[in-house]
Amino acid sequence: MSDFFNSGWGVYIALVTIVGIVWCLWLLFSQRKTQVTYKPDGSVADTGHVWDDDLRELNNPLPRWWMWMFLLSCVFGIAYLVLYPGLGNYQGTLGYSTTGAHEASVQQANQQLKPIYAKYMEMDVKLVAADPKAKEMGQRLFLNYCAQCHGSDAGGSKGFPNLSDRDWLYGGEPADIRTTILQGRAGVMPAFAHLSGVEQSDVANYVRNMAGLAADQLKSARGAEVFKANCAACHGGDGKGNPAMGAPNLTDKVWLYGGSEASIIETIAKGRNGMMPAHQEILTPEKVHLLTAYVWGLSNQKVSADSQK
Amino acid sequence: MSDTISNEPGSSNVVEQALYEVRRKIYPRAVSGVFAKWRVILVLATQILYYGLPWISWNDRQAVLFDLVSRKFYIFGLVLWPQDIIYLTIILILSALALFLFTAVAGRLFCGYACPQTVYTEIFMWIERKVEGDRFARIRLDGEEWPWSFKKWRIKLTKHSLWILLALWTGFTFVGYFTPIQVLAKEVLEMTLGPWQAFWLLFYAFATWGNAGFMREQVCKYMCPYARFQSVMVDKDTFVVTYDKTRGEPRGSRSKSADHKQMGLGDCVDCSICVQVCPTGIDIRDGLQYMCIGCGACIDACNQVMDKVGYERGLVRYTSERAMLEKMDNKKARHYIFRPRVLIYISIMTVLMTAFVASLILRNPLRVDVMRDRGALAREIEGTKIENIYRLQIMNASENVMQVKVVAKGLPDIQVLDSQGQLVNQLSVSPASNLLLPVKVRVGIEDVQKGTHPIHFEIRAEEVGAHASGAMRERVEKSSFIVPR
Repeated sequence: MSDFFNSGWGVYIALVTIVGIVWCLWLLFSQRKTQVTYKPDGSVADTGHVWDDDLRELNNPLPRWWMWMFLLSCVFGIAYLVLYPGLGNYQGTLGYSTTGAHEASVQQANQQLKPIYAKYMEMDVKLVAADPKAKEMGQRLFLNYCAQCHGSDAGGSKGFPNLSDRDWLYGGEPADIRTTILQGRAGVMPAFAHLSGVEQSDVANYVRNMAGLAADQLKSARGAEVFKANCAACHGGDGKGNPAMGAPNLTDKVWLYGGSEASIIETIAKGRNGMMPAHQEILTPEKVHLLTAYVWGLSNQKVSADSQK
Repeated sequence: MSDTISNEPGSSNVVEQALYEVRRKIYPRAVSGVFAKWRVILVLATQILYYGLPWISWNDRQAVLFDLVSRKFYIFGLVLWPQDIIYLTIILILSALALFLFTAVAGRLFCGYACPQTVYTEIFMWIERKVEGDRFARIRLDGEEWPWSFKKWRIKLTKHSLWILLALWTGFTFVGYFTPIQVLAKEVLEMTLGPWQAFWLLFYAFATWGNAGFMREQVCKYMCPYARFQSVMVDKDTFVVTYDKTRGEPRGSRSKSADHKQMGLGDCVDCSICVQVCPTGIDIRDGLQYMCIGCGACIDACNQVMDKVGYERGLVRYTSERAMLEKMDNKKARHYIFRPRVLIYISIMTVLMTAFVASLILRNPLRVDVMRDRGALAREIEGTKIENIYRLQIMNASENVMQVKVVAKGLPDIQVLDSQGQLVNQLSVSPASNLLLPVKVRVGIEDVQKGTHPIHFEIRAEEVGAHASGAMRERVEKSSFIVPR
């Protein structure tokens, strides 16, 4: 992609650069001699400029090595402009670009990290989770890539699942976690706007009753029918959810969007859209492996500590 | 480009002259005396320090090491982190002030005695003198035309081999301040240097060889910015190398037995030795010039001559312009040293130096940064507590393990828990490293109003380990706790 809207600017810059260098060389050549006036007593006359009462300007020659340095920098400049991009839109003979340099250094860094990762790649996720060094690396990766939504302690927040408890929307086995990280998840709860306000309130009370929260028993009894007709397809007849499609268990105390009656009614009326982005293109398989182990380890502290023994 | 200089006296004539002057090689003559001795002492002191320092060990590591890769500067017991850049600033300010002070008192003292350019030139000239002989032997040797004799080849090759060896050692030492020098020595012997280490070693060696062997006074005259602005800080009470014109003029040679006063001559015997010894090739008798680096070689040389001809010493001496004008002796001129600007420099330096030392002594090696999670305002825990999440960056700048305890203050019954829900009581942070700790801070839902509350974290650490002073370190960091509306 060109840096400018108009290719004329490239030509303009190239021209200014070349004229600049040529002018420098001409200046060096044209100034090679100077007129020096010797006064009758043999001393050299100054230019007649005086500052601070007695500071006079002479016209002393420059050292010759300075001239060579000047020439050398002109030669360096020309060589640079031939080899590297700099002269307008001309890309240089070496094919250098900052993007290329960045990619090369990323590749180099990955090469350096490879032996460190290789050790863990051969290990089972559950064993990696127990390795203190891997845990440290996993935490750093987590803080970089995951903590923005799930929180630094992986405790989640409204709309973003807590990863440190034993409750999983899509399953908590290492393979499930890996799939979630690689492919992402779209947790869609459709809006049930066609239900009347009364029906929504009834089913919300029914759900709260299932979870063991305070609920209006009359409404809850009426809500059972509404639940069976509308919600059971995904959440199951017993409300225990379905990890295959990410339908949450409604009978526990974990509420992704809030467990108050008002929040549940809002969920029913407007639906919810949970979105975990896919990281296949962003993270290397090695990083995914370490992250999987770290996340699995968060809710399996004891297990991973035992497997270390 | 010819250097035609025609200066026939009696006529004012305009001459075309090349503006790019070929350097005329200067062959300074060896000199001995008080100032030469001082220079040798300072050369030895600075170079023993420079070459020796990287080889000293401290706390099982190199005593002075500027580890750029892990961004830690080790200076004996001190480990400085990038956060300590203020110390570098203060050192630079102190150096600048010291330069102002010395220059105001006695001109370009730094240039003449301690500047690396002078020091290495001095060492290189010493080698040159040992190999090629003194001034006249060197002039004769360089005068020898092509093709060179075997003797000239031998002498020149010997000189350059010695120069290059010294330059390489200098470059090696320089890199040894940034990479552990013992590892570096091994790498050099096994030829397994990294590209950057090799580059800096050779570049520094090349610069030493070029600047001390060839460029010499050209560096002082044309490259050095200090040289130019130091001259500006000289005033009429500054002690500078001065030729006593009234005593010396009219100059002229004379026989030792003749009474020069009767011949109408001054004390200057016009032997031109002061010019021969000058490392920048000037004639001090023309007055103070910007090329003068204040080395005092001409003073030593002239004193020797004065001794020989039986005149009083000090025809060329350190004295001030005021002393020359008002015909004061040095004792009286010294009264003017403590003038307001000198006293101001001294007092600013004293204040800064005290602040610098005090801050180094009181420096807390425990540092903490608190970052509140921005992704979520707060969480409700089972309807009873409000939870905020923070990341604590705990930095241990000491060389001991720190046992860290974190508590929060500012709200009733406020609790700090780590990711596993445990109190942070005995967290160990390894020496010279940092630790990122996500913490949950919990407050009872009934105990707080909605809104933002200022809280602060109190972090206490105890140093344990071989070099531990057993000191308790403490930090208090402010943050805020949010209860959503």
